[in-house]
Amino acid sequence: MVNKVIKVDVTDKTCPGPLVEVRKTLNKASPGDIVEVTGKHSVSKKEIPMVAEGMGLEVIDTQEKDGKWKIQIQR
Amino acid sequence: MENPNPKIGEKMVDKTTIIVHSGDTDKLYSALIIGDGALAMGMESTMFFTFWGLERLKKDELDKGPISKMSKSMFDSQLKKANVDTLEKLITDYKELGGKIIACEMTMEIMGIKKEELNQELIDEYGAIGTYIHEARESKINLFI
Repeated sequence: MVNKVIKVDVTDKTCPGPLVEVRKTLNKASPGDIVEVTGKHSVSKKEIPMVAEGMGLEVIDTQEKDGKWKIQIQR
Repeated sequence: MENPNPKIGEKMVDKTTIIVHSGDTDKLYSALIIGDGALAMGMESTMFFTFWGLERLKKDELDKGPISKMSKSMFDSQLKKANVDTLEKLITDYKELGGKIIACEMTMEIMGIKKEELNQELIDEYGAIGTYIHEARESKINLFI
């Protein structure tokens, strides 16, 4: 089975929008799906893994380039 | 009904309770940002709207509160510039993530507010101090705003 990748872009969102959007996306995802979040606020980059941690989910990849970051969380 | 904010791997479900006493727009932003943040982080959340806070739950009154320290136009433009969501969006997200809202019945009596005047679709329960304490006694975060 191939896990689905669900993309969510929070680039233009500010507190608490990125956390809310990530949570809503994770709620709708199926177990195994990968939620890929992109954005540019450094505070969200720090806090989105806290949402994952609180949910007992794992951040499987984090990348940053030219001030933009990408975080992958496995549902 | 399907749980809008299902517990996925949370070890323990903690709760945030907030008394919204102020009807000031800036304070309402704080309250809803905290409520939404708590839900996003996997907590439960209950907001108890009382006194001036309850006025904001009247139909079309959500963003009609006073603002301290700044003019409304300045406040609105600063928030817009920073891309902050509107109160309408924040409260819609709050409900979508399963946040609970209690309206204070005592305030309704004192201020002569009728249920029909309130945004009833936002309100989960009408109650007084007993209802609030019942919710708050086991909460981890409890705020008065």
